[in-house]
Amino acid sequence: MTTTKLKSKTYMNPYLAGVLLGLVLLTANFISGRGLGASGAVKSVIVTAVDAVAPGHAENAPFYVEYLEAHPKPMKSWLVFEMLGVLVGGFLSGALAGRLKFKVEHSPKITSRRRLIFALAGGILFGFGSQLGRGCTSGSALSGMAVLSLGGIITMAAIFGTGYALAYFVRKNWI
Amino acid sequence: MGPLAANEIISQDTNLIFAFLIGIGFGFVLEGAGFSSSRKLAGVFYGYDTVVLKVFFTAGITAMIGLLFFSLFGWIDLSLIYINPTFLYSAIAGGVIMGAGFILGGFCPGTSFCAASIGKIDALVFIGGLLIGILIFGEGYALWEGFYNAKFLGIPKISESLGLKDGLMALIIVLVAFAMFWVGEWAEKKFPREEY
Repeated sequence: MTTTKLKSKTYMNPYLAGVLLGLVLLTANFISGRGLGASGAVKSVIVTAVDAVAPGHAENAPFYVEYLEAHPKPMKSWLVFEMLGVLVGGFLSGALAGRLKFKVEHSPKITSRRRLIFALAGGILFGFGSQLGRGCTSGSALSGMAVLSLGGIITMAAIFGTGYALAYFVRKNWI
Repeated sequence: MGPLAANEIISQDTNLIFAFLIGIGFGFVLEGAGFSSSRKLAGVFYGYDTVVLKVFFTAGITAMIGLLFFSLFGWIDLSLIYINPTFLYSAIAGGVIMGAGFILGGFCPGTSFCAASIGKIDALVFIGGLLIGILIFGEGYALWEGFYNAKFLGIPKISESLGLKDGLMALIIVLVAFAMFWVGEWAEKKFPREEY
């Protein structure tokens, strides 16, 4: 790899990135009175899809009923707009740094197929867990920490604690 | 003055425009820090790359200190800020399941969208998993509704639970974060891995 190529792929200093992310989170609280989030936008998509495909079912199942009562238009929500912004912001940063590329990223020790199976399984677990835990790493852990939320800090400890507890068993996927 | 939306200084529609702009900032910083790479993210669990720890805790303490100062200056009414409620059992169990998802999948929801935006196919598959996982939760809701709503502790701040003032609690969290940065720097030297 040439020096120029290396340079074009350089990431931001993590502490600088952290301060900037903290300022984004502070801005969200100052303007909108809430923190950042991610899984909530995916939930909006699911509730909208279920309501469109099987409206009778969505009107009877309590999970959808409760959500639709609180959010009559699930796609016109703060988190959906925020996550659309994340796609734009991520794309801009990737474009500026020369990182736009279709690929399956994985350790040389495993196949793409194995990587994708684990990605799917991880996604399913994370999706389920984010509903049970009332928010994911962004909404519960990070935003919760900024407002000193007890629940957010407990969830954060559980996420990272479990990650460390299981890391040994799947080390081949990453190291 | 703040929060602007709750104090009706800006309309609900304007608030959504700000949501989009805030999202752009969120995505830009995540990608720029390397959160679009699952192998960089997973590094925090093996010590070879602790960017997650550094960015996450720097962001958390920056926003936390900012909110406390904004409140002190009278710029923001903290009582109007959303704080997530604490349901003890589901907060722990949800976190455990998410932790398993993190180490298997290599992403969390926010980072998977960020990675998908620059073309990572594994991130797209992870997002497909998120949709399935949330659908399973919704469809089986009756089975775990009791557990989901059990052990409600209200909307406590950790400072209240420990009987400390917010400022002192914040100082402790900052010191803990600094200790973790030190551990992170040490781990990256101790468990190096070749760049890929």
